[in-house]
Amino acid sequence: MESASVTHSPALERPASLLASGAGWRRRAKDRLMTVLIAGAFALAMIPLISLVYEVTKRGIPGLSLAFFTEDARGVVGEGGGASHAIVGTLVITGVAAAISVPIGIMGAIYLNEYGQGRLRRALTFFVDVMTGIPSIVAGLFACALFELFFGPGIRLGVMGSVALSVLMIPIVIRSAEEVLKIVPNHLREAAYALGTPKWKTIVKVVLPTAFAGLVTGVMIAIARIVGETAPLLVTTGVVDSMNSDPFHGRMQNLAVYAYNEYRSPGVFKQAAYDKAWAAALTLIAIVMLLNVAARLVYRRYKTEIR
Amino acid sequence: MTSSKWFVVLSAAVILAIAVAACGSSSDETTGGSGGGSVSGEIAGAGSTAQQAAQEAWIAEFENENSDVTISYDPVGSGGGREQFIAGGTAYAGSDAALSTEEGELEKAEARCKAGQLIEVPNYISPIAIIYNLPGVEDLQLDPETLAKIFNQEITSWNDKAIAADNPGAELPDTRITPVNRSDESGTTENFTEYLSEVVPSVWSYEVSGDWPVKGGEAASGTSGVVEAVAAGEGAIGYADASQAGELGIAKIKVGSEYAEPTPEAAAKVLEESPLDKELSPGKYTIAYKLDRKTESEGTYPIVLTSYLIACTKYDSADEAAAVKAYLEYVISPEGQELAAEQAGSAPLSSALTSKVTPAIEAIEAG
Amino acid sequence: MSQVDTTTNAGQLLAAASGGRRRLGDRVFSRTAVVAAVTILALLAGVAIFLISEGYPAFTAAASELPEGKTFLDYVAPLAFGTVLASAIAALVAVPLAVAAALFITHIAPPKIAGTLGYLVDLLAAIPSIIYGLWGIFVLGPAAVPVLKWLEEKLGWLPFFEGPASATGRTMLVAGIVLAVMILPIVSAIAREAFAQTPRKLTEGAQALGATRWETIRMTVLPFGKSSVISGAMLGLGRALGETMAVTIILSVSGAVTFNLIGQANPSTIAANIALDFPESSGLAINALIATGLVLFAITLVTNMAARAVIARQNHE
Repeated sequence: MESASVTHSPALERPASLLASGAGWRRRAKDRLMTVLIAGAFALAMIPLISLVYEVTKRGIPGLSLAFFTEDARGVVGEGGGASHAIVGTLVITGVAAAISVPIGIMGAIYLNEYGQGRLRRALTFFVDVMTGIPSIVAGLFACALFELFFGPGIRLGVMGSVALSVLMIPIVIRSAEEVLKIVPNHLREAAYALGTPKWKTIVKVVLPTAFAGLVTGVMIAIARIVGETAPLLVTTGVVDSMNSDPFHGRMQNLAVYAYNEYRSPGVFKQAAYDKAWAAALTLIAIVMLLNVAARLVYRRYKTEIR
Repeated sequence: MTSSKWFVVLSAAVILAIAVAACGSSSDETTGGSGGGSVSGEIAGAGSTAQQAAQEAWIAEFENENSDVTISYDPVGSGGGREQFIAGGTAYAGSDAALSTEEGELEKAEARCKAGQLIEVPNYISPIAIIYNLPGVEDLQLDPETLAKIFNQEITSWNDKAIAADNPGAELPDTRITPVNRSDESGTTENFTEYLSEVVPSVWSYEVSGDWPVKGGEAASGTSGVVEAVAAGEGAIGYADASQAGELGIAKIKVGSEYAEPTPEAAAKVLEESPLDKELSPGKYTIAYKLDRKTESEGTYPIVLTSYLIACTKYDSADEAAAVKAYLEYVISPEGQELAAEQAGSAPLSSALTSKVTPAIEAIEAG
Repeated sequence: MSQVDTTTNAGQLLAAASGGRRRLGDRVFSRTAVVAAVTILALLAGVAIFLISEGYPAFTAAASELPEGKTFLDYVAPLAFGTVLASAIAALVAVPLAVAAALFITHIAPPKIAGTLGYLVDLLAAIPSIIYGLWGIFVLGPAAVPVLKWLEEKLGWLPFFEGPASATGRTMLVAGIVLAVMILPIVSAIAREAFAQTPRKLTEGAQALGATRWETIRMTVLPFGKSSVISGAMLGLGRALGETMAVTIILSVSGAVTFNLIGQANPSTIAANIALDFPESSGLAINALIATGLVLFAITLVTNMAARAVIARQNHE
């Protein structure tokens, strides 16, 4: 099976004979110019990335240490201590958010693309569009209000943060999943039906596997989007310096809020606090990178070509 | 393929290891103190970001001494802190402004304390420094009128006559002045504008509020934001908590006939000389001050931020009351105040002030 | 939409061909899909109800009670202006770059490194928004100061660059560029998926007709991916409209409604304004802030509806 994944389309290798005979110098020059422009634009897009990664790495490395990963900040004044409570918090909160958003989002996209019709479908499309623009802090305030309705004021839980993040994640998962499902050609579905496969089995065994790689990309983008969110978590999960890995009980720290706090209120030992903030940021990026690599491996294993 | 499988397995193992280590280092096994205290449970506070660094230090030390208790402080801002306290969501609050009579805030807080009484005491005093970035000019001196004119953009250039008058002998360049203010609502802004409107009302006629009133200046979010903005812009001048000034130049402000520096002692002295605000201190244990910013006494620095601690004398659970009492006792104790001075750069409460404040905390019924 | 068409005989036969047991599977699955759709709507409705009920008091309140003593319309108009301005800059910069990056990765770069390149672009999405904020004030802002001065000198007659140039670089232009970098990976990822799935018969057909690579791209890949790109752009725009932390940290907000992109006085955005004022607010001020969130909802809605209309006109499947 050849690859027509996001990596490359071999159909566009230039067959020398065709070019030489068919295209005049003007068209070839334009082709070359556009190639240079596109490559240049890509390089331009890479500059901020290089700068960002360089700056975060440069400023974050001084803050890293074994203690950073294994100790929490309980009882620590000034220098010392670590961010293990923040790391665990990020993993837990993001994990729960993904557990909520991914099934709902993908099923929602399946609904939109495979089943939906009439008013419900139009309403869903309309509202998902609207949802993409919710400011992250509003999502946090909403989750806060929702839980305070049931549990009284002042409630702060890890799962509240997850709910707020889900509000931000779901539209991205749905939208990108919908796009990917749309691209799966109808003839695959029709072929399955022609063989007497029921609809649900067609979706599960034909459509989803075909779109699997794209779905994974969409989910990764959504996770990357929320893992660094600060504003909604500030108002929902609270700030605490002790370890807590239970999302349903008590406040939970996470890397984004931790970094923000260290930057905002560094106290007298400014440099140590700033170091911790950058180190937390570096850890966040590393976590997403790892997830991304895992996703890529899954992608490469399962990608399929559409003919 | 196999190598990539190994990679996935490896990363999963790393994450798992961290999780296991995490579960291991939970709050039950503190690395620090012997935890001789008898208080236990979880109590939560919220409020002022100005107090954040100090609160973090207090919590850390206190938890070292009492390993069974977990205290948290959400730096959501003074407004949020007061709201959460009134709603009953937190046990104590930190606020840059005393509870006001607007919208019945003071009454609501008293109602929250139900059977008991409302406690409101100052616990954090910090001088606000005027920081500037002007290479070649050290020891800038400014009188209040010039200061106000700079910040309301009447004076736009560093070599203006008014500035030169305050700094005879200094070589002032003709750089444009970039006044930096807070873009977020803040207690620091409120205290600074209160100073300006009381001392030079003819120049500064804006209403006092936590929102900076002058449009067109350079605005930054948070104390760190202002400090970074001043550091980045040549010719910039701003106002920020003195402990965060770092390497930036700090201007001396004219008080009476001398130019004063923003030291913790000078800040604390202002509070000593200020009267109680009777309107905002109706109860036995509410101690809110009306700062005397017009003071001209020697050794004072009137651009100061006072932050308050808000609590109740009675709580629903005995454990909660005991924990709150023990923690707040530590906060206002000389050791606690020294710690805050070290870690957050604040001015420790003077002994006179401490003796006024202690009865309020002692009134908490930890029965 | 890929339903089995049960209006035709063949469709009915197909539908009838599924036995009793399989019909149960179908029912369960389709019910689950509907439940998911309804849950999402309920969530959205919850957010909308929250915004409306909390924001309503601010709409009806008198100007004297609201922050800054203005009527709500006067309060939110500069914020809406700032939001649209920042997002417009972000979209104008990001979409062409993202499309170019997607084209580069799928059709120009050698296949061996294309995967890595895609990974690198996706990495931009992994960076937390506060880091973008800090990067903006520590790195991009200072680096931009000479550029801003140059713009003021050469192009100062345009209202966008009338200056005076900020001394710290924390301007609307810089904030817009940072937003562009933030949304670039979103747009690019969706565009990449679409470009890569361009049917072979289209691209090979163009090649067979003697088209150069660029012509093939222009004639087949771009049209095929157009609606996906617009979708991706909408997703990215949504992120830009709602981005809170980066703008809060970077932008020097001094309340002026101006097109001047390089000065120190900039309008705030709705999201950043909520983040800046919420901590110290209480009472009616909070209602006003949430009401501005409702306005942002409306802005997002309008832009998305416009985009959907554009896509609908594009589609002649």
